[in-house]
Amino acid sequence: MPRSPIPRIVLGVIFGALVLSPMVIRRFEARRGAAKSILDAQTALGRHGFYFEEVSKAAGANFVHQAPTLDARLNHIMPQVASMGASVSIVDFDRDGWPDIYVTNSGEGSKNALYRNMHDGTFKDVAEDMGVANVNQPGVGVSMCAVWGDYDNDGYEDLLLVKWGRPELYHNDAGHGFTRVTDQVGLPRWVNANTALWFDYDGDGLLDFFIGGYYSEDVDLWHLANTRMMPDSFEYAKNGGRKYLFHNLGGGKFEEVAEKVGINSHRWTLAASAADLRGTGRQDLFVANDYGISELYFNDGKRFREVGEQTGVGFAPKSGMNAAVGDIFNQGRYAVYVSNISEEGVLIQGNNLWVPKEGTSGDGIKYENLARDLGVEIGGWSFGAQFGDFNNDGTLDLYLTNGYVSLDRNKSYWYDFSKIAGGHSMIINDAKNWPAMEGRSLSGYQPKRLWLNDGAGKFVNVAQAVGITDTYDGRSVAVADLWNRGVLDVVVANERGPLLIYKNNVTPENQWIEFELEGTASNRSAIGAQVTLFWNGQHQIQEVSGGTGFAAQNQRRLHFGLGKFPQIEKAVIRWPSGKTQTIDKPAAVQLHKIKEPA
Amino acid sequence: MPQASWKRFFSPENRYLAPAFITCILLAGHLSFGILESYKKTGIAIVAALLAELILGRIFTGKFPNLASAYISGISVGILVRSPAVWPYLLCAVVSIMSKYVLRVKGRHMWNPSNFGISVLLFLAPETVATLSIQWGNYLLPMIVIWCLGSVIIYRVRRFHITATYVTSFIAFAFMRSWITGSPWQSEIAPLTGPMYQLFIFFMVTDPKTTVRKKFWQCVVVFLVAVVEMILRLNQVVYAPFYALFLVGPTAMLIDICFESRRPTTVVAPV
Repeated sequence: MPRSPIPRIVLGVIFGALVLSPMVIRRFEARRGAAKSILDAQTALGRHGFYFEEVSKAAGANFVHQAPTLDARLNHIMPQVASMGASVSIVDFDRDGWPDIYVTNSGEGSKNALYRNMHDGTFKDVAEDMGVANVNQPGVGVSMCAVWGDYDNDGYEDLLLVKWGRPELYHNDAGHGFTRVTDQVGLPRWVNANTALWFDYDGDGLLDFFIGGYYSEDVDLWHLANTRMMPDSFEYAKNGGRKYLFHNLGGGKFEEVAEKVGINSHRWTLAASAADLRGTGRQDLFVANDYGISELYFNDGKRFREVGEQTGVGFAPKSGMNAAVGDIFNQGRYAVYVSNISEEGVLIQGNNLWVPKEGTSGDGIKYENLARDLGVEIGGWSFGAQFGDFNNDGTLDLYLTNGYVSLDRNKSYWYDFSKIAGGHSMIINDAKNWPAMEGRSLSGYQPKRLWLNDGAGKFVNVAQAVGITDTYDGRSVAVADLWNRGVLDVVVANERGPLLIYKNNVTPENQWIEFELEGTASNRSAIGAQVTLFWNGQHQIQEVSGGTGFAAQNQRRLHFGLGKFPQIEKAVIRWPSGKTQTIDKPAAVQLHKIKEPA
Repeated sequence: MPQASWKRFFSPENRYLAPAFITCILLAGHLSFGILESYKKTGIAIVAALLAELILGRIFTGKFPNLASAYISGISVGILVRSPAVWPYLLCAVVSIMSKYVLRVKGRHMWNPSNFGISVLLFLAPETVATLSIQWGNYLLPMIVIWCLGSVIIYRVRRFHITATYVTSFIAFAFMRSWITGSPWQSEIAPLTGPMYQLFIFFMVTDPKTTVRKKFWQCVVVFLVAVVEMILRLNQVVYAPFYALFLVGPTAMLIDICFESRRPTTVVAPV
């Protein structure tokens, strides 16, 4: 043993330095992670190529979401249980070439809104006139999510509305109104769901739809039989709602086939996205679950096979609240973004960015989580997220909204929440065991994220620097070129908060191209159709979606940013029917309307 | 008559009993429910702890030390720390082992190594580090198995009284907190049903090197840990048990060392 004190002194110094190193690391990461936090429009335009202005009021969309009031036995934790329902979806319901916006409300007796685009920068709520406003009456439940798809291929997109309550299907009558066809379709009497999407899983040219249950369907949240309706685990809950897959038989008829085709989960589903993850021409189904692992279902055209664990996306349980896909590296492969919960000092789940591992593909595809490496991991209590090229520089960026319950700014419910969440199922499952919130916030007032893809494998948060400064409890995000300017605007639905419309202002130096597809042999909405754009030695793939993110649906058009001086080589369209179509050198700065060739 | 092999294995003299137990917990938990953040991060924590122990032990004691204790520290860090980054696992493991060699009084180290490392990291890096809050799946059986096996092992190594005192105190204080705050008593008890507490109860508070010598005082000290934890919980401190042990443990050690050094030594005159 050394007798000299010097080794011990040296050890002490090293020890002290190591103990203090987390503080140094924190400062370094804070400086690296954030852009300037106050919007300066010209600076943002010069530095990042774009900035946003919030224009909802100016545009005439004065919508404020109302939350439901559930069974009185949940009063002590009502803010956190009745904390969903704000959703937004984009649709051109009247086929006038201008995207419209449908927004759900969740208070008993409250009305949903259908904002018709007036082409002049404003929107007008026509939901009442169209017959899709008054859908939240007591006894039938309240709205949670709305997605659009042309199920009868008549050219007009129809409305699937899911609720905590009775789901509804409305047929779009040529843009002049909607007819409720729920009873003919045979939808279940009651489903507590927050996610749904349209997709043609069997490639027969008719859109099918998926609904993911959250609370068990035998729970009426307004008339509880007992208080044992909470998840039976924070990580392994399987007492949630069942899943539904309605197979379109044509003629307005559907058959529910989920269990028959291999979708048997009772996890607490909050988000789902369908995309051709393996290049098979069929859309696989990615399901993000709260209180547990994500699930990935490979679609073979007739059946689904759950491969979450095998592919790596379904092993570590978290609190999945979003599923969005994007070709972030311009390599023609989709990454999947799943949002979770992170709260400093308590719980660091981190959001997941599942990227296909090099050298894996097809049925052997494996995913690795690169969220931390790419800088998109920590997003607070994260909810809806969407990929989109917000500055038209040619790479997909990522917009994330967040925030759970914003009440007292100075009091947090996290301590009590962490106490109960770590408990055994016998404790956590019963709502009466949950400590009362008493007006405390739970991850409230959170700043949003807009991660800009630098094209070199890193994302930098520029949200506040480009004008995304709200701190509402965000839920659903949808992106659309609302004013046909060749830029992606963002619409955000906030829980118990206003609808926000962020109008994008992009430098004209960065060019763009858009595709609006219409199926003939394929479903008319062209959901599932892929466009691979080749330009400047790179290529990017995008797919028309029937619902993605959290309780959201983007515009059906596919928007590609091109950067400066683009040389577009070609656009290759793969239709859901299997047909492939190539368009040589499509012109930039244009919307290309393409009908599937006969 | 030689002891049966199972008795030898489950005896206080078997320094590898605790490492074997905690390894079983890790393997069972991860293979069943994926409790680890990742194999890589847990592996880094274990290897870092072992290397730190080897190097420091060689330098400061002149010989390569037994690695059982370092293994437990490393694996505890690997299981308990939750972080998306890798550096907290490495740092926590190294700091835990170094604390044994730096923070010493009269030849005894003051803090349970993993308790020190984890508490420091939680306090200084809350934006990057949290602790295990995951459950043992939905079933009662794994929890019962861990409790029974852990109790048997702790009993065999003559530390059961510490665990029993802490658990009894925690439960009593849980009811007291429920009465004071109005929270359901089930929510106050809930943390005890999680793996984090099971690791805390069986491995941290019972650490032979950082508990006082006498059995009675061991019970008193762990009771005081529960008291301080109670106070911290009333002030909504999420990591109350870690901080409570961090504060009480070394204080008790210092007092114990003080008393030990004042005890008169008996000199036997040669006959």
